[in-house]
Amino acid sequence: MSADSDTDQTILKTPLNDLHRALGGRMVPFAGYDMPVQFEGIMAEHTHTRTAAGLFDVSHMGQVRLVGDGADAALERLIPSNVRELKPGKQRYSLFLNDTGGILDDLMITRRDDDLLLVVNAACKDADIAHLTAAMPSGIAVVPMPERALLALQGPDAVTVLDALVPGVADLTFMTSGSFDWDGADLWISRSGYTGEDGCEISVPEGKAVALAEALLADARVKPIGLGARDSLRLEAGLCLYGHDIDTTTSPVEANLQWAMQKRRREAGDFPGGERILRELAEGPSRGRVGLKPEGRAPIREGAAILDADGANVGAITSGGFGPSVGGPIAMGYVETRLAEPGTALFAEQRGKSLPLQVATLPFSPHNYKR
Amino acid sequence: MSDRKYTKDHEWIDVSGGEATIGISDYAQDQLGDVVYVDLPDVGQQVEKGAEAAVIESVKAASEVYAPATGEVTARNDALDDNPALVNESAEADGWFYRMKLSNMSDLDGLMDAEAYAAFVEALD
Repeated sequence: MSADSDTDQTILKTPLNDLHRALGGRMVPFAGYDMPVQFEGIMAEHTHTRTAAGLFDVSHMGQVRLVGDGADAALERLIPSNVRELKPGKQRYSLFLNDTGGILDDLMITRRDDDLLLVVNAACKDADIAHLTAAMPSGIAVVPMPERALLALQGPDAVTVLDALVPGVADLTFMTSGSFDWDGADLWISRSGYTGEDGCEISVPEGKAVALAEALLADARVKPIGLGARDSLRLEAGLCLYGHDIDTTTSPVEANLQWAMQKRRREAGDFPGGERILRELAEGPSRGRVGLKPEGRAPIREGAAILDADGANVGAITSGGFGPSVGGPIAMGYVETRLAEPGTALFAEQRGKSLPLQVATLPFSPHNYKR
Repeated sequence: MSDRKYTKDHEWIDVSGGEATIGISDYAQDQLGDVVYVDLPDVGQQVEKGAEAAVIESVKAASEVYAPATGEVTARNDALDDNPALVNESAEADGWFYRMKLSNMSDLDGLMDAEAYAAFVEALD
């Protein structure tokens, strides 16, 4: 049913590709990479991550350094967030914006002693690097780090497991990070992730990635997790997936990501698309991203139109699937602002049927961040 | 069971008199992953050979199930409404989808027997 990717010469592989195959991973192409969509099964992997510790290979994502004095001020010109005030070790979520106030990509920014470390989406990696390179003044270097892998260990046991291997990790709090040595390798570890659970993301030199993954998997609490469960976990957590819930047409205000725009930037509007964004902050946007809960058991998928009781088109589903922890179908989408109150009854059109659903608060599964 | 036929779309069909019971193969359920919902036809519904008769939702995606023959649906497996996981647990037995009255026995011509289906699946991977 899925194409054999061994015949595609141009598909990229992460340092863990052989390990994924040895663990029985079902491989699929994703953002140009040969990645595991599942191992044991999506439901089992999802539940395991919420109850123990799940290990994800996210090496396909882009890790990029910005080096040089004034890198923070230069980066600020591309995003609506504060970077100058970001303290060493601290991490922040942000958005590359275009001139119409739409989103080019979402990313994580970390202040380190000698640089700013950015983590961007795999599908946008090349475009983001080009965007940064064009925008940085001379004296600021944009340094991609393809020689580093990225692992994520997520779940209530994740930090305990990682701390046993890399002492001191347990002292990190949510959205803080630091440098750690493990078996001669320099790791950069942040206490953050994409599941809503406590846990870490670990940047590791590519030559030590397999050894680190195997050391973590040797702990009985850890299981390998594929991209299928990564998606169901983030959807339950109410987190956006670029290209689906946020894109070049959605502003941070429409996307309900105002919290990523700190006060100084919000007041100044000194970023691409500032005019539209300030107007939406003042007057409210015409549409908003919301959680949506189908009333039946059938999942309602991305692309389905959302209608009101009169059959008028009032929005669309941007992410939809099944929430194993919630025990039923869940979705996110955009609806006209007047209909964005939780409890609002709407309909989604899918395969010729009109399926009732309700606006729901996000997240569907409560966050367990350790602040 | 020994007369069970299979389609290239991984459905199985058992025929008794002019009535058929239909489900998906074990191979199909494994490929789909965890089933979270099955949209079954209604009793009394007409289904057409080769046209969509049911939809299976796994966590990631929806998959169409085509009718292997033309006729009228006489029963649906209500157990799948509350327990879609039955499809994964017992695709070729308790996880059956629906029963139908066949309009044309000749619709079954060209379907594979168990041995031919096993060889067909073998050749896919």
